[in-house]
Amino acid sequence: MSLSVSLRHRLGDFALDLAFEAPDGVTVLFGRSGSGKTSVINAVAGLMQPDAGRIAVAGRVLFDSAAGVSVPVHRRRLGYVFQEGRLFPHLTVRQNLTYARRVQRLGPDAAAFDRVVALLGLGSLLNRQPVALSGGEAQRVAIGRALLSDPVMLLMDEPLAALDGARKAEILPYLERLRREAGVPILYVSHNMAEVARLATHVVAMEGGRVTQAGPAEAMLADPGLVRVMGLRDAGAVLQARVLRHGEDGVSDLQVSGGVLCLPLVDAPVGTDLRVRILAQDVMLATERPRNISALNILPVTVLALRRGDGPGVIVQVQAGDDLLLARITRRSADALGLRPGGTCFAVLKSVAVAPTDIGLGLQS
Amino acid sequence: MEFLGPDAWRAVALSLKVAFWATLAALPFGLGTAYLLARGRFPGRSLLNGLVHLPLILPPVVTGYLLLLTFGRRGPVGQLLEEWFGIVLAFRWTGAALAAAIMAFPLMVRAMRLAIEAVDPKLEAAAATLGASKLRVFATVTLPLIAPGVIAGAVLAFAKAMGEFGATITFVSNIPGQTQTVPSAIYAFLQVPGGEDTALRLVLVSVAVAMLALALSEWLARRVARRIAGR
Repeated sequence: MSLSVSLRHRLGDFALDLAFEAPDGVTVLFGRSGSGKTSVINAVAGLMQPDAGRIAVAGRVLFDSAAGVSVPVHRRRLGYVFQEGRLFPHLTVRQNLTYARRVQRLGPDAAAFDRVVALLGLGSLLNRQPVALSGGEAQRVAIGRALLSDPVMLLMDEPLAALDGARKAEILPYLERLRREAGVPILYVSHNMAEVARLATHVVAMEGGRVTQAGPAEAMLADPGLVRVMGLRDAGAVLQARVLRHGEDGVSDLQVSGGVLCLPLVDAPVGTDLRVRILAQDVMLATERPRNISALNILPVTVLALRRGDGPGVIVQVQAGDDLLLARITRRSADALGLRPGGTCFAVLKSVAVAPTDIGLGLQS
Repeated sequence: MEFLGPDAWRAVALSLKVAFWATLAALPFGLGTAYLLARGRFPGRSLLNGLVHLPLILPPVVTGYLLLLTFGRRGPVGQLLEEWFGIVLAFRWTGAALAAAIMAFPLMVRAMRLAIEAVDPKLEAAAATLGASKLRVFATVTLPLIAPGVIAGAVLAFAKAMGEFGATITFVSNIPGQTQTVPSAIYAFLQVPGGEDTALRLVLVSVAVAMLALALSEWLARRVARRIAGR
C-alpha cells in the first residue's frame, strides 16, 4: 500500500473519523463538498494536525499520535497541487518549477526538468510570470512544480475545480499521461464524476467525515449502492476498450470484453487502450435483441443486481463480458421486463450518447 | 558667504548619521515585531501592540525623559551598558539615534505589519509542501513579497528620525557637533538674534532631504512591486 490513513479529528460540529488504504495509481477521495475530503488531504500533507491517528506514505510514518510522531510539512516529500495553483507571483514559471530543488539545496536536475516540461507542455511558458498565465496553464505549472519536488506521492485537491469545461478538457489528458508515465502515486480529491471516471484507479467514497466504501475504480463506479453519492445523473460505469478501426462514416469501432462498441470518431490511433464512461441514464435494456433500431450498440449482458431508490427509478447492474455496466430505468420497465438477478438481456446504447470528454486513455501501456 | 555655517553643516551631517543608524538598527526589530503582530497568536499580543505604539501617543518629552531615566548613566539599563560594554548613550549621538529609533519604531512597524498581513499564508503553505523550512519560506516567499512595505516603513522611519526633536533634546540635550541635530539646531538658531536666516536655510535643507528620501522610496517600491507583479 502506498498510503495508509487512519484519523480522528473534531472541527466544531464536524467530526472526521475514518481509515483507508490506497495502492499505487490514482486514488480518488470522492464525496460531496463538506464531506471532509480536503481535511484528509491536508492531514496527509501536514497542513492540518489531526487529533489522533496514523498516516504512513510508502512505508514511512508521517504522523502517529500514539507514538508522538509528526513529520513537519517541509520534510514529508509530498507534492501538493492546490485548487488555486498558488504559484509564487514574484518568480517566473521556470523559477517556480525549480523552487523545490533550490530551497532544498539540491543541485539542478536538467533531465527531470526537461521530462516534466515535456510531459506537461510547459516549454513556451518558462520565461513568463504567473500573472500572464491562463488558469489552465497556471495549473499545469503547479503540477510541474509539485512533480519537480521529487515527491513520493502527489496530492491534488480538486485541481480542476476552478477551471471551465474547456480548460478541464485541456488538462485531463496531461493528468492521464502523468498517471502512466510519472510513476508517482496520486491522492486526488474530487467531487466531479467525470474526473473520477477518467482518472481513478481506486476510489474512496466519503460522506459526513467517514469512508462509506472503497475499492478499485471499475467496481466502485459500477456499484448501484454508490449511485446516490455519485448523483443519479452522473452515475456511470467505465469500460476498458481498445480501438479496432476508424470507419469512413465517422464511427470508430472499439473492442470491449463483451463485444464491439461503436462510438463517434475517437481521437486515438488504432490499438490504443481507452477507458470509456457509459452513463447509467444512457443505457436501455431489452429482453430480446432489438432489430431495426438506430442505436448501434447492442451488447448481450447478464443482470447482476437491481437497486430501487426512493423515486420511480431502478439502477440495474449488468455484466458485459468482464466489464460491469449500470443502467438507470424505471421501476415500471423493470417489472414489465421481469428483470431479476441472473437473467440475461441486451444493453442498448446510442453511439452519440458518449461524450468525447468521457473517453480517456486506458490504464495500461 | 557660504550657504550654511560650520555649526549648521555639522547639524545636517549629524542628523543624516543619526537617522541612518536609527533606521538600520530598528529594521530587524521592526520586522520581527511586525511579523509577531501580524501572525503571532500569543497572550501578550495586544500589550506588545500598545507598547510599540506608545511613543506615537506619548508627548515626545515624556519619551525622552523615560529614556533618560532608563538609559542615563544612572538608569538601570544605562549603568549596565556602561559597566559591561563601556557604552554611554546619554548626551552622545548614539543616544540621539536611540531616541530617534524609538520614536520612529511605531511608524516602521505599522507599514511592515500591513505588508505582512497582505501576504497570502496559502503561498507560504505551498512553499512548505515544496520542502522549504519556516526560515526559508520567510526568506524566499514572505520577504520578497513584503519588500515594498519594508522599504516604505524604513523611509518613513528615516524621515521621522530626521525630524525628531522632543525626545532627542530631552535625552541627549542640544550640544553643537555632538547631539545637535537639524531640528535642535533650528530651535537653537531661532533663540539667538539674527539666527532666523540660518534657521530658514536649515528648514530648506530638511525639506529637500525629506523629499529626496520619499522619491527614492517611491522609486524602490515601484521597482520591487514591478518585479513581484512580474511586469
